[in-house]
Amino acid sequence: MATSTPTRDAYASPPREPQKEPPSERRQLWRSRLWRFDDKASPYAYIAPFFLVFGAFGLYPLLYTGWIALHRVEMTGLDTMEWVGWENFDKILHDPEFWTSVSNTFLIGVISTVPQLLVALGLAHLLNYRLRASTFWRTIILTPYATSVASAALVFALVFRADGGLLNWTLGLVGFDPVNWANGHWTSKLAISIIVIWRWTGYNALIYLAAMQAVPNDLYEAASLDGASRWQQFLKVTIPSLRPTILFTIVISTIGSMQLFGEPLLLEGGAMGATGGNENQYETLSIYLYNYGWNLGHLGPAAAVAWAMLALLLLIAGVNWLIGRYVRTSDSAV
Amino acid sequence: MTMTSPTPTAPVRLAPSPTGGRPDRPSRFRMGAGQQMKGGPFAYIALAVVGFGSLLPLYWTLVAASRTQDEVLASTPPFLPGGQLVENVRTAWEQANLGKAIVNSIIVSSSITAATLFFCTLAGYAFAKMRFRGRGWLMTAVIATLTIPPQLSVVPLFMMMSGLGWGGQLESVIFPTLVSAFGVFFMRQYLIEALPYELIEAAKIDGANNFRIVVSVVLPVARPAMMVLGMLTFVQAWNDFFWPYLALNQQNPTLQVALGQLSASYTPDQSIVMAGALISTLPLLLVFVLFGKKIVGGIMSGAVKG
Repeated sequence: MATSTPTRDAYASPPREPQKEPPSERRQLWRSRLWRFDDKASPYAYIAPFFLVFGAFGLYPLLYTGWIALHRVEMTGLDTMEWVGWENFDKILHDPEFWTSVSNTFLIGVISTVPQLLVALGLAHLLNYRLRASTFWRTIILTPYATSVASAALVFALVFRADGGLLNWTLGLVGFDPVNWANGHWTSKLAISIIVIWRWTGYNALIYLAAMQAVPNDLYEAASLDGASRWQQFLKVTIPSLRPTILFTIVISTIGSMQLFGEPLLLEGGAMGATGGNENQYETLSIYLYNYGWNLGHLGPAAAVAWAMLALLLLIAGVNWLIGRYVRTSDSAV
Repeated sequence: MTMTSPTPTAPVRLAPSPTGGRPDRPSRFRMGAGQQMKGGPFAYIALAVVGFGSLLPLYWTLVAASRTQDEVLASTPPFLPGGQLVENVRTAWEQANLGKAIVNSIIVSSSITAATLFFCTLAGYAFAKMRFRGRGWLMTAVIATLTIPPQLSVVPLFMMMSGLGWGGQLESVIFPTLVSAFGVFFMRQYLIEALPYELIEAAKIDGANNFRIVVSVVLPVARPAMMVLGMLTFVQAWNDFFWPYLALNQQNPTLQVALGQLSASYTPDQSIVMAGALISTLPLLLVFVLFGKKIVGGIMSGAVKG
């Protein structure tokens, strides 16, 4: 992450006292002490709200999750915690449904992230041309971002309906048989990925576009002097310059796809959501957590799922880090 | 995520210009770069196809919301809006507690937005322009929190909220999101560029204390970025689903929660569900039509660069 540092340090010279008649020596001493305290304490006071809120509602619960995971806690009596040790972890790790949801989360993540980022890259390239009404196009492709998960999932639930859905109707025109989207193992994952892709491609395209516009012109000029075609320029100049941004979007999209909740919950627009389909074919980890904690009312196993998610997240972060290191070491050309 | 960038990509800057820093002002004196090349018909066709795909589901929400359920579920789906919109909206209003949900959504989104703007501007200013011990790694810590999914802490959070007496109350949704890491980062990036040290020093020499500087120097300079951050935060708060769905209940929902519950009821009437979806989306679409350019610029400038 390019966190640029200021070009020079703040307050190279200490703030001078206002040039007035010195009132009295004691008073001046007191005032300068106050000044110094103000200077020292203010930055911490300004950043404190973030750390207080994050500590209270982010970090502390995150750690406390681990403690709850070792207890039996029921939705019906939140005050009583009974120590059960590793039982909750035992329970979920031996539950085939847990592993189904792990693999579902992973698969949906891949088939939503990869096409999404590739299309976003292409879109950004298009938007980077000199276009008439460029702001109009950018706004149009960003509109899905204005839609909530809930509305998006519910509209797509209608689009993906087995009989009479917009998609099957269109497929019927071309001569395909209707597909039972929500019931199929692959088709349901595809359907959820399409909702994700629809909502986020424009957003990612704009991030890529921003990065593309920061690529120095000289690089392109040099490349075109060397006789590189536009496609070669895209491959050899644009993509390498975008590597850090691409890596960033991969990290963010991966984390986002681990959290998929609203899309699968509402895909069938009914009561089926809490188990992710009749065969859990599109149950994600978040749905599994929700089902254990809020549908069945067992918060202990739900907390154990949260820790499993943390482990998975660290695993993904590790892989990302390795890829990042690989990219960096093979990155001597630019 | 690491803090060092291997390739020399300049951080995309949000130019403090009244145009919102639209960076692609075409110049005919420079050539060679992709951004100066004129888009051919292919570019327009491709963008039109993607744009059509982006808008189609929204249009279809309107179609379905203005029809009866039988028409929506017919084997040939309708393509034009019908005359049932008012009727469906009225039914959704009664069935799903939508009136209360709208009020709740407005309360939640505006209080989160106001608090985020205030706290993030303060923190962003401190990280951008003040010198203090631990600044570097504290900023790293802020960015690192971006990678923690809310799923990891919802179980204890739910118990905490119930313990605080906020179970099912709006407080349980508002307080955890009072200030965002993204916002701190966003304001910091903006203020690094937009706020010259001379301005701060001049105010110091005039005898202003730190808080006075914030009020009369930093806030005016930060206003354009605060506008953008405010809109992004509002959109996010308005659309938030996971935690509100767990924390709130049928009696006291936000719009998204009401929508989720409407669809999870035993016999959801699809056209009424769509009427609810339309109501929850319409305000934001309006914001997009009015401020689309600003939001686009904000996302492009706020992209946390890798």
